[in-house]
Amino acid sequence: MAKELWKGNEAIAEAAIRAGCDCFFGYPITPQSEVPEYMSVHLPAAGGVFVQSESEIAAVNMVYGAAGAGMRAMTSSSSPGISLKQEGITYLAASELPCVIVNCMRGGPGLGTIQPSQGDYYQATRGGGNGDYRTLVLAPSDIQETVDFVQEAFDIADQYRNPVVILCDGLIGQMMEPIEWRPVPKRDLPPKDWAACGRHGRDHHNIINSLYLDPESCEDLNQRLTAKYAEMSEKETRWSAVNCEDAELIITAYGTPARIALSAIDALRSEGWKVGLFRPITLWPFPEAALREAAGADCVRSILDIEMSSTGQMLDDVRLAVEGRRPIRYLGHAGGVMPTVEEIAEAARAALKGEK
Amino acid sequence: MDGLGSRRLTIVTGHYGVGKTELAVNLALALAAEGTAPVMLADLDIVNPYFRSRERKPLLEEAGIQVIATSQACTDADVPAVPAEVLAMLEDRRVRGVIDAGGDPVGARVLARFRPKIAQEDYQLVYVLNANRPEVRTPEAATAYLRGIEQVTGLTCTGLVNNTHLCGETTAAEVRKGAALAEAVSHETGIPVLGHMAEARFAPELEGLTVFPIEVRMRKPWE
Repeated sequence: MAKELWKGNEAIAEAAIRAGCDCFFGYPITPQSEVPEYMSVHLPAAGGVFVQSESEIAAVNMVYGAAGAGMRAMTSSSSPGISLKQEGITYLAASELPCVIVNCMRGGPGLGTIQPSQGDYYQATRGGGNGDYRTLVLAPSDIQETVDFVQEAFDIADQYRNPVVILCDGLIGQMMEPIEWRPVPKRDLPPKDWAACGRHGRDHHNIINSLYLDPESCEDLNQRLTAKYAEMSEKETRWSAVNCEDAELIITAYGTPARIALSAIDALRSEGWKVGLFRPITLWPFPEAALREAAGADCVRSILDIEMSSTGQMLDDVRLAVEGRRPIRYLGHAGGVMPTVEEIAEAARAALKGEK
Repeated sequence: MDGLGSRRLTIVTGHYGVGKTELAVNLALALAAEGTAPVMLADLDIVNPYFRSRERKPLLEEAGIQVIATSQACTDADVPAVPAEVLAMLEDRRVRGVIDAGGDPVGARVLARFRPKIAQEDYQLVYVLNANRPEVRTPEAATAYLRGIEQVTGLTCTGLVNNTHLCGETTAAEVRKGAALAEAVSHETGIPVLGHMAEARFAPELEGLTVFPIEVRMRKPWE
Protein backbone atom coordinates (compact mmCIF):
# COMPACT_ATOMS: atom_id res chain seq x y z
CA MET A 1 0.00 0.00 0.00
CA ALA A 2 1.28 3.47 -0.84
CA LYS A 3 2.66 5.52 2.00
CA GLU A 4 0.82 8.57 3.25
CA LEU A 5 1.99 11.57 5.21
CA TRP A 6 0.31 11.78 8.61
CA LYS A 7 0.61 14.00 11.63
CA GLY A 8 1.01 11.84 14.75
CA ASN A 9 -2.13 12.93 16.55
CA GLU A 10 -4.34 12.57 13.48
CA ALA A 11 -2.84 9.14 12.85
CA ILE A 12 -3.60 8.07 16.44
CA ALA A 13 -7.25 9.00 15.95
CA GLU A 14 -7.50 7.36 12.53
CA ALA A 15 -5.84 4.19 13.87
CA ALA A 16 -8.40 4.00 16.66
CA ILE A 17 -11.26 4.36 14.18
CA ARG A 18 -9.76 1.59 12.03
CA ALA A 19 -9.47 -0.60 15.15
CA GLY A 20 -13.20 -0.31 15.72
CA CYS A 21 -13.21 2.34 18.42
CA ASP A 22 -16.90 2.93 19.20
CA CYS A 23 -16.62 5.90 21.54
CA PHE A 24 -14.14 8.69 22.16
CA PHE A 25 -14.40 11.05 25.10
CA GLY A 26 -11.86 13.81 25.44
CA TYR A 27 -10.97 17.36 26.18
CA PRO A 28 -8.51 19.54 24.29
CA ILE A 29 -5.01 20.15 25.61
CA THR A 30 -1.84 20.94 23.68
CA PRO A 31 0.00 18.99 22.27
CA GLN A 32 -2.70 16.33 21.71
CA SER A 33 -5.68 18.43 20.63
CA GLU A 34 -5.65 17.09 17.08
CA VAL A 35 -6.75 13.70 18.45
CA PRO A 36 -10.19 14.92 19.63
CA GLU A 37 -10.34 17.36 16.70
CA TYR A 38 -9.91 14.55 14.16
CA MET A 39 -12.23 12.27 16.14
CA SER A 40 -14.95 14.92 16.25
CA VAL A 41 -15.15 14.89 12.45
CA HIS A 42 -14.33 11.30 11.53
CA LEU A 43 -15.61 9.08 14.36
CA PRO A 44 -19.30 10.03 14.00
CA ALA A 45 -18.93 9.58 10.23
CA ALA A 46 -17.72 6.03 10.92
CA GLY A 47 -20.76 5.35 13.08
CA GLY A 48 -19.10 6.00 16.46
CA VAL A 49 -19.74 8.47 19.23
CA PHE A 50 -17.59 11.52 19.97
CA VAL A 51 -18.13 13.61 23.08
CA GLN A 52 -16.07 16.62 24.04
CA SER A 53 -16.61 16.32 27.76
CA GLU A 54 -16.70 19.18 30.23
CA SER A 55 -13.42 18.03 31.78
CA GLU A 56 -10.81 15.30 31.67
CA ILE A 57 -12.38 13.71 34.74
CA ALA A 58 -15.73 13.52 32.99
CA ALA A 59 -14.06 12.04 29.89
CA VAL A 60 -12.42 9.16 31.74
CA ASN A 61 -15.63 8.38 33.59
CA MET A 62 -17.52 8.34 30.28
CA VAL A 63 -14.94 5.79 29.16
CA TYR A 64 -15.83 3.77 32.29
CA GLY A 65 -19.49 3.83 31.33
CA ALA A 66 -18.99 2.98 27.68
CA ALA A 67 -16.40 0.26 28.36
CA GLY A 68 -18.68 -1.17 31.04
CA ALA A 69 -21.39 -1.45 28.41
CA GLY A 70 -19.02 -3.40 26.16
CA MET A 71 -18.01 -0.59 23.81
CA ARG A 72 -14.50 -0.04 22.52
CA ALA A 73 -13.75 3.22 24.28
CA MET A 74 -10.84 5.62 24.21
CA THR A 75 -9.68 8.88 25.71
CA SER A 76 -6.56 10.94 25.14
CA SER A 77 -4.89 13.87 26.78
CA SER A 78 -1.51 15.35 27.66
CA SER A 79 0.28 15.20 30.99
CA PRO A 80 -1.74 17.56 33.25
CA GLY A 81 -4.95 16.19 31.76
CA ILE A 82 -3.78 12.62 32.35
CA SER A 83 -3.18 13.54 36.00
CA LEU A 84 -6.85 14.44 36.25
CA LYS A 85 -7.80 11.05 34.81
CA GLN A 86 -5.90 8.99 37.39
CA GLU A 87 -8.87 8.33 39.65
CA GLY A 88 -10.84 7.06 36.67
CA ILE A 89 -7.95 4.84 35.55
CA THR A 90 -7.70 3.02 38.89
CA TYR A 91 -11.48 2.50 38.78
CA LEU A 92 -11.20 1.13 35.23
CA ALA A 93 -8.39 -1.21 36.28
CA ALA A 94 -10.28 -2.34 39.39
CA SER A 95 -13.45 -3.00 37.40
CA GLU A 96 -11.38 -4.76 34.73
CA LEU A 97 -12.64 -2.57 31.93
CA PRO A 98 -10.78 -2.58 28.62
CA CYS A 99 -10.00 0.83 27.15
CA VAL A 100 -7.24 2.76 25.42
CA ILE A 101 -5.72 5.88 26.97
CA VAL A 102 -3.29 8.04 25.00
CA ASN A 103 -0.90 10.37 26.79
CA CYS A 104 0.97 12.76 24.53
CA MET A 105 3.42 13.95 27.18
CA ARG A 106 4.44 17.58 27.66
CA GLY A 107 6.84 19.25 30.03
CA GLY A 108 5.98 19.25 33.73
CA PRO A 109 5.63 19.28 36.65
CA GLY A 110 2.40 21.20 37.06
CA LEU A 111 1.23 22.96 33.92
CA GLY A 112 4.83 22.91 32.69
CA THR A 113 5.25 23.62 28.99
CA ILE A 114 3.60 22.45 25.78
CA GLN A 115 6.88 21.07 24.46
CA PRO A 116 7.67 17.31 24.49
CA SER A 117 8.68 15.47 27.64
CA GLN A 118 8.75 12.04 29.30
CA GLY A 119 8.04 13.03 32.86
CA ASP A 120 5.01 10.75 33.22
CA TYR A 121 6.83 7.41 33.22
CA TYR A 122 6.19 6.80 36.91
CA GLN A 123 2.57 7.85 36.55
CA ALA A 124 2.00 5.47 33.63
CA THR A 125 3.93 2.45 34.93
CA ARG A 126 3.34 2.73 38.69
CA GLY A 127 -0.20 3.99 38.49
CA GLY A 128 -1.03 7.56 39.45
CA GLY A 129 -4.22 6.30 41.04
CA ASN A 130 -4.61 4.46 44.32
CA GLY A 131 -4.32 0.77 44.98
CA ASP A 132 -2.44 -2.13 43.43
CA TYR A 133 -3.02 -2.01 39.72
CA ARG A 134 -1.09 -1.92 36.47
CA THR A 135 -1.86 -0.63 33.01
CA LEU A 136 -0.04 -2.06 30.02
CA VAL A 137 2.05 0.80 28.62
CA LEU A 138 3.15 0.86 24.98
CA ALA A 139 5.81 3.44 24.06
CA PRO A 140 6.13 3.94 20.30
CA SER A 141 9.06 5.85 18.88
CA ASP A 142 7.74 6.73 15.43
CA ILE A 143 4.35 7.29 13.84
CA GLN A 144 4.25 3.91 12.10
CA GLU A 145 4.65 2.17 15.44
CA THR A 146 2.14 4.51 17.00
CA VAL A 147 -0.63 3.61 14.54
CA ASP A 148 0.21 -0.09 14.77
CA PHE A 149 0.19 0.01 18.58
CA VAL A 150 -3.04 2.00 18.83
CA GLN A 151 -4.78 -0.63 16.70
CA GLU A 152 -3.30 -3.50 18.70
CA ALA A 153 -4.03 -1.76 21.99
CA PHE A 154 -7.78 -2.27 21.61
CA ASP A 155 -7.27 -6.03 21.22
CA ILE A 156 -4.81 -6.22 24.12
CA ALA A 157 -7.24 -4.28 26.31
CA ASP A 158 -10.11 -6.62 25.38
CA GLN A 159 -8.02 -9.74 25.84
CA TYR A 160 -6.98 -8.87 29.39
CA ARG A 161 -9.93 -6.64 30.32
CA ASN A 162 -7.43 -3.99 31.29
CA PRO A 163 -6.68 -0.36 30.36
CA VAL A 164 -3.83 0.03 27.86
CA VAL A 165 -1.85 3.27 27.80
CA ILE A 166 -0.11 4.60 24.68
CA LEU A 167 2.65 6.76 26.10
CA CYS A 168 4.15 9.07 23.52
CA ASP A 169 5.77 12.45 23.81
CA GLY A 170 4.50 15.63 22.23
CA LEU A 171 6.89 15.39 19.31
CA ILE A 172 5.32 12.13 18.14
CA GLY A 173 1.90 13.76 18.32
CA GLN A 174 2.96 16.86 16.42
CA MET A 175 5.41 15.65 13.80
CA MET A 176 4.66 14.46 10.27
CA GLU A 177 5.91 11.14 8.92
CA PRO A 178 5.16 8.75 6.09
CA ILE A 179 3.27 5.68 7.23
CA GLU A 180 1.39 2.81 5.68
CA TRP A 181 -1.80 1.23 6.94
CA ARG A 182 -0.60 -2.32 7.30
CA PRO A 183 -2.51 -5.15 8.95
CA VAL A 184 -1.78 -5.54 12.64
CA PRO A 185 -2.02 -8.92 14.40
CA LYS A 186 -5.61 -9.69 15.38
CA ARG A 187 -6.33 -11.72 18.48
CA ASP A 188 -9.02 -14.25 19.28
CA LEU A 189 -10.98 -12.30 21.82
CA PRO A 190 -13.32 -13.65 24.46
CA PRO A 191 -16.96 -12.51 24.23
CA LYS A 192 -17.82 -9.54 26.45
CA ASP A 193 -20.35 -11.59 28.41
CA TRP A 194 -19.54 -9.51 31.48
CA ALA A 195 -20.73 -6.22 29.94
CA ALA A 196 -23.63 -4.33 31.49
CA CYS A 197 -25.64 -3.93 28.32
CA GLY A 198 -28.87 -5.82 28.98
CA ARG A 199 -29.70 -9.14 30.58
CA HIS A 200 -30.09 -11.12 27.34
CA GLY A 201 -31.82 -14.03 29.08
CA ARG A 202 -29.13 -14.52 31.74
CA ASP A 203 -30.16 -15.43 35.27
CA HIS A 204 -28.22 -12.51 36.71
CA HIS A 205 -27.45 -8.88 36.09
CA ASN A 206 -23.92 -7.96 35.10
CA ILE A 207 -22.64 -5.38 37.53
CA ILE A 208 -19.58 -3.19 36.95
CA ASN A 209 -18.14 -2.15 40.27
CA SER A 210 -14.92 -1.49 42.15
CA LEU A 211 -16.32 -1.29 45.68
CA TYR A 212 -15.78 -4.38 47.85
CA LEU A 213 -16.80 -3.80 51.45
CA ASP A 214 -15.82 -7.29 52.47
CA PRO A 215 -12.02 -7.45 52.86
CA GLU A 216 -11.76 -11.06 51.70
CA SER A 217 -13.65 -10.24 48.51
CA CYS A 218 -11.40 -7.26 47.89
CA GLU A 219 -8.33 -9.42 48.44
CA ASP A 220 -9.77 -11.94 45.96
CA LEU A 221 -9.99 -9.16 43.40
CA ASN A 222 -6.40 -8.19 44.13
CA GLN A 223 -5.17 -11.75 43.76
CA ARG A 224 -7.05 -12.13 40.50
CA LEU A 225 -5.53 -8.90 39.18
CA THR A 226 -2.06 -9.96 40.32
CA ALA A 227 -2.37 -13.23 38.43
CA LYS A 228 -3.53 -11.33 35.36
CA TYR A 229 -0.59 -8.92 35.59
CA ALA A 230 1.79 -11.88 35.86
CA GLU A 231 0.30 -13.33 32.67
CA MET A 232 0.62 -9.97 30.92
CA SER A 233 4.26 -9.75 32.03
CA GLU A 234 4.93 -13.18 30.67
CA LYS A 235 3.21 -12.73 27.31
CA GLU A 236 3.21 -9.06 26.41
CA THR A 237 6.69 -7.73 27.20
CA ARG A 238 8.33 -6.07 24.19
CA TRP A 239 11.65 -4.40 23.47
CA SER A 240 14.02 -3.67 20.62
CA ALA A 241 17.79 -4.16 20.73
CA VAL A 242 19.94 -2.57 18.03
CA ASN A 243 23.70 -3.10 17.72
CA CYS A 244 23.86 -4.63 21.20
CA GLU A 245 25.67 -7.83 20.14
CA ASP A 246 29.17 -6.35 20.43
CA ALA A 247 28.33 -3.17 22.34
CA GLU A 248 30.67 -1.90 25.03
CA LEU A 249 28.09 0.74 25.91
CA ILE A 250 24.34 0.15 25.85
CA ILE A 251 22.10 3.19 25.66
CA THR A 252 18.66 2.68 27.19
CA ALA A 253 15.97 5.03 25.91
CA TYR A 254 12.35 4.95 24.73
CA GLY A 255 10.24 7.11 22.42
CA THR A 256 11.84 10.16 20.80
CA PRO A 257 15.16 10.01 22.72
CA ALA A 258 15.62 6.44 21.40
CA ARG A 259 15.27 7.83 17.90
CA ILE A 260 17.83 10.55 18.57
CA ALA A 261 20.12 7.95 20.18
CA LEU A 262 20.03 5.84 16.99
CA SER A 263 21.42 8.77 14.99
CA ALA A 264 24.11 9.23 17.65
CA ILE A 265 24.92 5.51 17.51
CA ASP A 266 25.36 5.70 13.72
CA ALA A 267 27.82 8.54 14.19
CA LEU A 268 29.62 6.77 17.06
CA ARG A 269 29.89 3.50 15.13
CA SER A 270 31.47 5.35 12.21
CA GLU A 271 34.09 6.64 14.67
CA GLY A 272 34.70 3.08 15.87
CA TRP A 273 32.82 3.25 19.20
CA LYS A 274 30.83 0.10 19.91
CA VAL A 275 27.50 1.42 21.13
CA GLY A 276 24.07 -0.22 21.04
CA LEU A 277 20.51 0.74 21.89
CA PHE A 278 18.16 -1.19 24.16
CA ARG A 279 14.69 0.28 23.74
CA PRO A 280 11.86 -0.89 25.99
CA ILE A 281 8.66 -0.90 23.94
CA THR A 282 6.38 -1.94 26.78
CA LEU A 283 7.29 0.22 29.77
CA TRP A 284 5.03 -1.94 31.88
CA PRO A 285 5.66 -4.81 31.72
CA PHE A 286 9.29 -3.62 31.63
CA PRO A 287 11.62 -5.95 29.68
CA GLU A 288 13.63 -6.61 32.80
CA ALA A 289 14.99 -10.05 31.95
CA ALA A 290 15.96 -9.04 28.41
CA LEU A 291 17.81 -5.96 29.61
CA ARG A 292 19.53 -7.97 32.36
CA GLU A 293 20.77 -10.40 29.74
CA ALA A 294 21.89 -7.70 27.29
CA ALA A 295 23.65 -5.69 30.00
CA GLY A 296 25.28 -8.80 31.44
CA ALA A 297 27.09 -9.70 28.21
CA ASP A 298 30.87 -9.79 28.60
CA CYS A 299 31.43 -7.00 26.05
CA VAL A 300 29.26 -4.48 27.94
CA ARG A 301 31.19 -2.08 30.16
CA SER A 302 28.53 0.43 31.07
CA ILE A 303 24.97 1.65 30.51
CA LEU A 304 23.78 5.14 29.58
CA ASP A 305 20.12 5.89 30.23
CA ILE A 306 18.60 8.81 28.34
CA GLU A 307 15.17 10.28 29.02
CA MET A 308 13.33 13.55 28.66
CA SER A 309 13.09 13.73 32.44
CA SER A 310 15.29 15.69 34.84
CA THR A 311 15.48 13.11 37.60
CA GLY A 312 15.34 9.97 35.49
CA GLN A 313 12.31 7.74 35.93
CA MET A 314 12.81 4.68 33.70
CA LEU A 315 16.28 4.82 35.26
CA ASP A 316 14.81 3.01 38.29
CA ASP A 317 13.70 0.08 36.13
CA VAL A 318 17.05 0.04 34.34
CA ARG A 319 18.81 -0.18 37.72
CA LEU A 320 16.50 -2.97 38.88
CA ALA A 321 17.20 -4.91 35.70
CA VAL A 322 20.98 -4.36 35.69
CA GLU A 323 21.22 -5.26 39.40
CA GLY A 324 24.37 -3.24 39.95
CA ARG A 325 26.42 -5.37 37.56
CA ARG A 326 27.39 -2.44 35.38
CA PRO A 327 27.80 1.27 36.12
CA ILE A 328 24.84 3.31 34.88
CA ARG A 329 25.10 6.91 33.74
CA TYR A 330 22.19 9.23 33.12
CA LEU A 331 21.55 12.00 30.59
CA GLY A 332 18.26 13.81 31.00
CA HIS A 333 16.47 16.94 29.89
CA ALA A 334 13.10 18.09 31.08
CA GLY A 335 10.58 20.83 30.64
CA GLY A 336 10.37 20.45 26.89
CA VAL A 337 14.06 20.35 25.98
CA MET A 338 15.15 17.41 23.84
CA PRO A 339 18.61 15.82 23.86
CA THR A 340 20.67 16.42 20.72
CA VAL A 341 22.51 13.83 18.65
CA GLU A 342 25.87 15.41 19.47
CA GLU A 343 25.11 15.61 23.18
CA ILE A 344 24.28 11.90 23.29
CA ALA A 345 27.40 11.05 21.31
CA GLU A 346 29.50 13.11 23.71
CA ALA A 347 27.97 11.42 26.77
CA ALA A 348 28.60 8.01 25.17
CA ARG A 349 32.26 8.85 24.41
CA ALA A 350 32.73 10.09 27.98
CA ALA A 351 31.25 6.87 29.37
CA LEU A 352 33.50 4.72 27.21
CA LYS A 353 36.58 6.75 28.15
CA GLY A 354 35.59 6.45 31.79
CA GLU A 355 35.46 10.23 32.22
CA LYS A 356 33.31 11.74 34.93
CA MET B 1 2.56 34.72 -15.48
CA ASP B 2 3.51 35.23 -11.83
CA GLY B 3 6.46 33.36 -10.42
CA LEU B 4 6.63 32.26 -6.82
CA GLY B 5 7.65 35.30 -4.76
CA SER B 6 7.33 37.72 -7.67
CA ARG B 7 4.92 39.99 -5.78
CA ARG B 8 5.84 42.20 -2.84
CA LEU B 9 3.92 39.99 -0.43
CA THR B 10 3.58 36.21 -0.53
CA ILE B 11 0.92 34.72 1.71
CA VAL B 12 1.30 30.99 2.28
CA THR B 13 -1.82 28.96 3.08
CA GLY B 14 -2.94 25.35 2.88
CA HIS B 15 -4.17 22.30 4.78
CA TYR B 16 -2.40 21.20 7.97
CA GLY B 17 0.95 19.59 7.36
CA VAL B 18 1.30 20.24 3.64
CA GLY B 19 4.55 22.10 4.21
CA LYS B 20 3.58 25.76 4.40
CA THR B 21 6.32 26.57 6.88
CA GLU B 22 8.96 24.80 4.82
CA LEU B 23 7.91 26.98 1.85
CA ALA B 24 7.75 30.19 3.89
CA VAL B 25 11.21 29.70 5.41
CA ASN B 26 12.81 28.68 2.10
CA LEU B 27 11.13 31.49 0.19
CA ALA B 28 12.20 34.12 2.72
CA LEU B 29 15.78 32.85 2.50
CA ALA B 30 15.64 32.92 -1.31
CA LEU B 31 14.29 36.49 -1.31
CA ALA B 32 16.99 37.55 1.15
CA ALA B 33 19.63 35.96 -1.08
CA GLU B 34 18.39 38.11 -3.99
CA GLY B 35 19.25 41.10 -1.82
CA THR B 36 16.96 43.51 -3.68
CA ALA B 37 14.95 44.61 -0.63
CA PRO B 38 14.66 44.05 3.10
CA VAL B 39 12.79 40.80 3.80
CA MET B 40 10.36 40.07 6.60
CA LEU B 41 8.74 36.79 7.53
CA ALA B 42 5.57 36.86 9.61
CA ASP B 43 4.74 33.64 11.44
CA LEU B 44 1.00 33.92 11.96
CA ASP B 45 0.52 30.25 12.81
CA ILE B 46 -1.85 30.24 15.77
CA VAL B 47 -2.74 26.58 15.27
CA ASN B 48 0.44 24.53 15.55
CA PRO B 49 2.40 24.32 18.80
CA TYR B 50 5.53 22.79 17.18
CA PHE B 51 7.41 23.06 13.86
CA ARG B 52 6.71 26.76 13.36
CA SER B 53 8.86 29.13 11.34
CA ARG B 54 9.72 31.14 14.47
CA GLU B 55 11.78 28.09 15.55
CA ARG B 56 14.15 28.99 12.70
CA LYS B 57 14.52 32.58 13.83
CA PRO B 58 18.31 32.41 14.35
CA LEU B 59 18.83 31.04 10.82
CA LEU B 60 16.49 33.61 9.34
CA GLU B 61 17.96 36.52 11.25
CA GLU B 62 21.45 35.47 10.25
CA ALA B 63 20.27 35.83 6.65
CA GLY B 64 19.10 39.35 7.49
CA ILE B 65 15.40 38.48 7.62
CA GLN B 66 13.24 40.16 10.22
CA VAL B 67 11.00 37.56 11.88
CA ILE B 68 7.64 38.71 13.16
CA ALA B 69 6.01 36.15 15.43
CA THR B 70 3.34 35.74 18.05
CA SER B 71 4.51 36.58 21.56
CA GLN B 72 8.15 37.10 20.77
CA ALA B 73 9.17 36.55 24.38
CA CYS B 74 7.40 33.23 24.48
CA THR B 75 8.31 31.30 21.31
CA ASP B 76 7.22 27.92 22.62
CA ALA B 77 3.76 28.86 23.86
CA ASP B 78 0.49 28.48 22.02
CA VAL B 79 -0.79 31.98 22.55
CA PRO B 80 -3.27 32.83 19.79
CA ALA B 81 -2.21 36.47 19.57
CA VAL B 82 -1.14 38.30 16.44
CA PRO B 83 1.68 40.85 16.81
CA ALA B 84 1.12 44.44 15.72
CA GLU B 85 4.45 44.39 13.84
CA VAL B 86 2.69 42.62 10.97
CA LEU B 87 1.44 46.05 9.95
CA ALA B 88 5.02 47.18 9.36
CA MET B 89 5.35 44.51 6.67
CA LEU B 90 2.01 45.38 5.13
CA GLU B 91 2.53 49.16 5.12
CA ASP B 92 6.22 49.55 4.34
CA ARG B 93 6.36 49.11 0.57
CA ARG B 94 10.14 48.84 0.53
CA VAL B 95 9.81 45.47 2.28
CA ARG B 96 9.31 42.09 0.64
CA GLY B 97 7.23 39.97 2.93
CA VAL B 98 6.32 36.33 3.43
CA ILE B 99 3.34 35.47 5.62
CA ASP B 100 3.19 31.93 7.04
CA ALA B 101 -0.43 31.32 8.01
CA GLY B 102 -1.72 28.44 10.11
CA GLY B 103 -3.32 25.39 8.54
CA ASP B 104 -6.83 25.13 7.12
CA PRO B 105 -9.48 27.85 7.16
CA VAL B 106 -9.10 27.88 10.98
CA GLY B 107 -5.46 28.92 10.79
CA ALA B 108 -5.97 31.28 7.85
CA ARG B 109 -8.66 33.18 9.75
CA VAL B 110 -6.08 35.58 11.22
CA LEU B 111 -5.55 36.93 7.70
CA ALA B 112 -9.13 38.24 7.61
CA ARG B 113 -8.21 40.98 10.06
CA PHE B 114 -5.57 42.27 7.61
CA ARG B 115 -7.66 41.82 4.47
CA PRO B 116 -8.31 45.56 3.85
CA LYS B 117 -4.57 46.25 4.07
CA ILE B 118 -3.49 43.21 2.06
CA ALA B 119 -6.02 43.91 -0.68
CA GLN B 120 -4.32 47.30 -1.37
CA GLU B 121 -0.90 45.71 -1.76
CA ASP B 122 0.92 43.84 -4.51
CA TYR B 123 0.45 40.30 -3.19
CA GLN B 124 0.05 36.69 -4.11
CA LEU B 125 -1.90 34.22 -2.01
CA VAL B 126 -0.36 30.82 -2.42
CA TYR B 127 -2.16 27.56 -1.70
CA VAL B 128 0.22 24.67 -0.96
CA LEU B 129 -0.74 21.17 -2.11
CA ASN B 130 0.55 17.84 -0.90
CA ALA B 131 -0.86 14.72 -2.54
CA ASN B 132 0.37 12.53 0.32
CA ARG B 133 -1.83 14.23 2.89
CA PRO B 134 -4.89 12.00 3.08
CA GLU B 135 -7.45 14.76 3.59
CA VAL B 136 -6.40 16.79 0.53
CA ARG B 137 -5.19 14.13 -1.87
CA THR B 138 -8.06 14.45 -4.35
CA PRO B 139 -8.66 17.54 -6.51
CA GLU B 140 -12.15 17.87 -4.99
CA ALA B 141 -10.91 17.80 -1.38
CA ALA B 142 -7.95 20.09 -2.10
CA THR B 143 -10.25 22.56 -3.85
CA ALA B 144 -12.75 22.46 -0.98
CA TYR B 145 -10.06 23.50 1.53
CA LEU B 146 -8.84 26.18 -0.89
CA ARG B 147 -12.34 27.66 -1.14
CA GLY B 148 -12.72 27.46 2.63
CA ILE B 149 -9.55 29.48 3.09
CA GLU B 150 -10.73 32.06 0.56
CA GLN B 151 -14.04 32.34 2.39
CA VAL B 152 -12.64 33.02 5.84
CA THR B 153 -9.87 35.35 4.64
CA GLY B 154 -11.92 37.27 2.09
CA LEU B 155 -8.89 37.00 -0.22
CA THR B 156 -8.54 35.23 -3.55
CA CYS B 157 -5.98 32.54 -4.11
CA THR B 158 -3.64 33.50 -6.94
CA GLY B 159 -1.31 30.54 -7.23
CA LEU B 160 -0.81 26.86 -6.41
CA VAL B 161 2.45 25.33 -5.16
CA ASN B 162 3.01 21.57 -5.14
CA ASN B 163 4.90 20.31 -2.10
CA THR B 164 4.28 16.57 -2.33
CA HIS B 165 6.88 14.67 -0.36
CA LEU B 166 7.38 11.76 2.06
CA CYS B 167 10.03 13.33 4.31
CA GLY B 168 13.22 11.26 3.96
CA GLU B 169 11.50 8.80 1.61
CA THR B 170 10.69 11.38 -1.07
CA THR B 171 11.34 10.50 -4.71
CA ALA B 172 10.90 12.44 -7.94
CA ALA B 173 7.87 10.25 -8.62
CA GLU B 174 6.21 11.66 -5.49
CA VAL B 175 6.77 15.21 -6.77
CA ARG B 176 5.27 14.25 -10.13
CA LYS B 177 2.27 12.67 -8.41
CA GLY B 178 1.71 16.03 -6.71
CA ALA B 179 2.20 17.84 -10.02
CA ALA B 180 -0.73 15.87 -11.44
CA LEU B 181 -2.88 16.88 -8.45
CA ALA B 182 -1.82 20.52 -8.88
CA GLU B 183 -2.73 20.41 -12.57
CA ALA B 184 -6.13 18.96 -11.76
CA VAL B 185 -6.84 21.63 -9.13
CA SER B 186 -5.60 24.29 -11.56
CA HIS B 187 -7.87 22.94 -14.28
CA GLU B 188 -10.86 23.01 -11.96
CA THR B 189 -10.21 26.46 -10.47
CA GLY B 190 -8.33 28.35 -13.16
CA ILE B 191 -5.62 29.17 -10.61
CA PRO B 192 -2.12 28.80 -12.10
CA VAL B 193 0.51 26.41 -10.75
CA LEU B 194 3.46 28.56 -9.67
CA GLY B 195 5.91 25.78 -9.03
CA HIS B 196 6.93 22.55 -7.40
CA MET B 197 8.98 22.40 -4.22
CA ALA B 198 11.74 19.84 -4.23
CA GLU B 199 15.19 19.41 -2.81
CA ALA B 200 17.71 20.52 -5.42
CA ARG B 201 18.97 16.92 -5.83
CA PHE B 202 15.67 15.97 -7.52
CA ALA B 203 15.81 18.76 -10.12
CA PRO B 204 17.48 16.64 -12.86
CA GLU B 205 14.61 14.15 -12.64
CA LEU B 206 11.94 16.83 -12.80
CA GLU B 207 12.48 18.19 -16.29
CA GLY B 208 9.47 20.07 -17.59
CA LEU B 209 8.39 21.23 -14.14
CA THR B 210 9.08 24.65 -12.62
CA VAL B 211 11.07 23.56 -9.58
CA PHE B 212 11.47 25.80 -6.54
CA PRO B 213 14.58 24.26 -5.02
CA ILE B 214 14.48 23.96 -1.26
CA GLU B 215 16.67 22.79 1.53
CA VAL B 216 14.74 21.02 4.30
CA ARG B 217 14.85 23.47 7.20
CA MET B 218 12.18 22.05 9.53
CA ARG B 219 14.16 18.99 10.54
CA LYS B 220 13.42 16.58 13.35
CA PRO B 221 15.88 16.29 16.23
CA TRP B 222 17.47 13.08 14.93
CA GLU B 223 17.85 14.30 11.33
